[in-house]
Order: sequence, then C-alpha cells, then structure tokens
Amino acid sequence: MKNLFGLLLLIVRRDLLLAMRRRADVLTTLIFFVMVVSLFPLGVGPETDMLRKMAPGVLWVAALLASMLSLGRLFSADYLDGTLEQMLLAPQSLSVLVLGKMASHWMVSGLPLVLMTPVLGLQFDMSVQAIGVLMLGLLLGTPILSMIGAIGAALTLGLRGGGVLLSLLVLPLCIPVLIFGTGAVQAVTSGLSISSHLSLLGALLVLAVAFTPWVTAQALRISME
Amino acid sequence: MSLDIWMRENPLTYVWVGSYAVALLVFAIEVAMVVHKRKITLQQVRLLIEAEESA
Amino acid sequence: MAINWFKYSAPTTFYPLAGKLIPWFAASSAILFAAGLYLGFVVAPSDATQGEFYRIIYIHVPSSILSMFLYLVMAGYAALGLIFNTRLSSMMASAVAPTGALFAFIALWTGALWGKPMWGAWWVWDARLTSELILLFLYLGFIALHASIDDPRRADRAAALLAIVGSVNVPIIYFSVKWWNTLHQGSTIKFTGTSMQVTMQQSMFTMLAACWLYAIAIILMRVRSIILERERNTKWITELAEVKK
Repeated sequence: MKNLFGLLLLIVRRDLLLAMRRRADVLTTLIFFVMVVSLFPLGVGPETDMLRKMAPGVLWVAALLASMLSLGRLFSADYLDGTLEQMLLAPQSLSVLVLGKMASHWMVSGLPLVLMTPVLGLQFDMSVQAIGVLMLGLLLGTPILSMIGAIGAALTLGLRGGGVLLSLLVLPLCIPVLIFGTGAVQAVTSGLSISSHLSLLGALLVLAVAFTPWVTAQALRISME
Repeated sequence: MSLDIWMRENPLTYVWVGSYAVALLVFAIEVAMVVHKRKITLQQVRLLIEAEESA
Repeated sequence: MAINWFKYSAPTTFYPLAGKLIPWFAASSAILFAAGLYLGFVVAPSDATQGEFYRIIYIHVPSSILSMFLYLVMAGYAALGLIFNTRLSSMMASAVAPTGALFAFIALWTGALWGKPMWGAWWVWDARLTSELILLFLYLGFIALHASIDDPRRADRAAALLAIVGSVNVPIIYFSVKWWNTLHQGSTIKFTGTSMQVTMQQSMFTMLAACWLYAIAIILMRVRSIILERERNTKWITELAEVKK
C-alpha cells in the first residue's frame, strides 16, 4: 500500500517536473481559458444582469474546452519517446501510474483554471458567494474532466486528427459534470441549498477515481498492442 | 408564420412530407449505401483473388 | 431442440445463414410497414387534443426506442468481442452503429416536427430530447473512433471500450439532464397525458416490429460486407459462389 502511494507520488513529481520544463504549454491552456471567457461579453453584449446569469455556464464550458486542449499531451510525449511502453511492461500497477499522470495533469491544467476563476468571476460581476461555489464546483469537477479525458486520450493515442476526435469522444461524457457544476452556482444565486449539487459532483469524482484509471490502463494496452 | 398556417390547414401533408417521407428517405439511403458497399467489397475481393492467382 | 449457438458465432457459418435470413426479415418488415401505416393513418382515429399531428408518433416512438436499444445491443456485442475475443461480435458491433445513429437522427427529426405544432418550437431543451441528442453524439463518437484507426483489431477493441464507457454513462447523463431540466423550467412538458386507444397502440406496435425487422435486415446486410472485407484472405471466402462469378 505504501509502495503504491510512493509510486503515485513519484509519477506526479516526475510529470510536474516535466511540465515545469515546458512552462509555455501550461500557460497556453490558461491563456486560452481566459481568452474564451473574455470573448463572451464581446459576443453577447455588456449587460451586467445577463452576464451574471451566464457566468457559471461560460466559465464551465471554457474550462471544459481548455482541459480538452491539454489532454492530447497527457500520454503523447511518453508515447513518442518510448517511456509509455516501459510503463506498460513495468511490474507495478499500470492503473496507479495512470492515476498519477491524471493527478499531475489536473495540477497543471485544471488547478490553474480554478485559481484564475475569481478574477474572471469579477469580470462577470458575480457575487463573492457565487464565485466561492463556482470555485468549489470546479475544484471537484475539473479532476473528473482530466480523468474522463484520459480515457479518450488513451484511446486516440497516435491517431491522425486525434485532437478533434478526442473532443468528440469525451465532451458528451462530461455533460453531467457541467450540469452539476453550473447547477450549484445557480442554486446559490437563487438562495437554494448547494449541497445536493456538490455531493453529486463528489460522488462522480469518487466513481471516476475508482474506475477511470483502470479503464484508461485497458485503453492504453489496446492502443499499444 | 405562413408555415404555421399551412401546417394547421394541411396537418396530414405536414406529417407525411415532414416525418414519414424523411424517415423513408433515410431508410432508402441506408439501403442504397449498404448495397453499394456490398458491391464494392465483392469487387475488391474478386480483384484480390485474381491478383493472387496471376501472381 | 438443442441448437449449437456457437456454430453460428463463426463468420464461416454465420455468413450464409445471414444471407438466407435477410430476404425474410426484409419482406416481413416491408409488409409490417405497410400494415402499420394503414392502421396508423386509416384505421386509427385522430386524437382529441392533438388532431392529426399525433400520427408522427408511429415513426417517432419506434425509432427512439430502437436508437436506445441498439446502443445497448452495440455495447453488448462490443463487450463480448472485447472479453471473449470473438471476431463476429466486434463485426456486429460496428454494423449496428450506423443504423443506431440513423434511428437517433430520425427520432430527433420527427421529434422536432412534432414539437412545432404541439409546443410552438422546433426544439425545446426537454430531458428526453437532450438525452437523445447526446445519444447521437455517442454513436458518432463510436463510428468516428472506429473509422480513424487503421488496424481493425485495435479499432474494434478501442471502440468497444468507448461503447462500454458510454453505456455506463448513459443513465448518469439521462438523470443529470432530467434533473437539470426540472431545475430550469419549473414545470416540464409532459409527453404522456392522453391514454392511447387500442388501434393506436396496435399501429404503434406494428410500426415498432417493422422497424425492428428493418434494423435486423440492414445490420445483417452490413455485417456480411464487413465479414467479406475482413476475411478476404481466407479460403472459404474464395470459394463463395458470389465471389467466383
């Protein structure tokens, strides 16, 4: 058990180190997120009431798209330099390795978005309370996006036009996350309880942690045969 | 708005042209595609066999 | 009577069997279509509240039922192919997908046409409509993934995994969409309301059976082409009568 945890930490640290070497990749995801969100007021007009209403949906959809953007890199570098093949042959559990990669992917591409949310929320004139709930929802939801996305990334490994295909496969599966995440914010702005939305998001997160690493490991084995 | 009025005056035509004709057209296209696919596949298989025999 | 089902799980025996069955399914489907349309348009009375427009349900309901059921069939075959490594199951899964997607499309299209006179809008974000749209996306994802992998073995297995993940997700998606919908609209538009007459039910079931038989016939036709394509290097294919002539 301790061994597995050590392995997990090892992978997370390795991937974070690799990500830090290529900081531009991390930044592009974040810039994309900020840019998409900032385009919406320009597209629909500056009325504050409407913007406040739209904000959770806009931020969630932008986070969804931003996480799609970075998913292609999840396995591709390791695939190209042969590391992934070694990981598949390694005696350690592939699911744990995959979980580590998911965790580091989230820290690099999901967490910065969550931290950026307050600034963007203020742009949309959201209340402090709503921003808090939005951040909490994103904190619970973006790991799920990384984990579901990893399945798609593993299935489309090394395919032509992988990026668009990846979005086509993964986006429909992410709809529940989107619904509960935005639902929580709408609940708090209309004075309802947020606990049901957030606990459902939490339940999805638990399910995702339990199953997606194994499924992704199977997908990697299929793709690497 | 004219479509709305027309639709209420000719409900059966609307139902037929709008739904059933489209559905039958979809079925017809699907059948045509499957038949075409079978033709092409048979041709390919024959070519392959001929190429093997002559080789 | 003991039938050896495994005998027909090999492409060698399944191919001629399917060839023999297709005309029967196709013919009975055509007869039932004709009967269903006759029952639905001539015998069944027009609805008290919805007038003639309700007659769209004779194609709408069967195609939406089939689109959902075929997804399960597809995922089932895909899972069989993935777990037991049977060639035919994977071929069946990829043969089912296009038909399922087309039924989903027909269900959406006829739903929109039904919605216009009933609700005054071509599209409402109703839970069922939204789920049906997502189902169509799932079909398209399966087809696109299968098509973009060149190696048929890898394509089968990857698409199978996607289909299984999708089928686990379908109930979650359905309930979340349903919940989202009630959250937004307050009162949802109810589909049920009027109890159906016996003749209406009969014509609906006839059309459902017709669509089923059509789906079976077209899937068998498609799977025969897939078998031919995949097994073209085997001896039994070269000995087939239709290949020889």
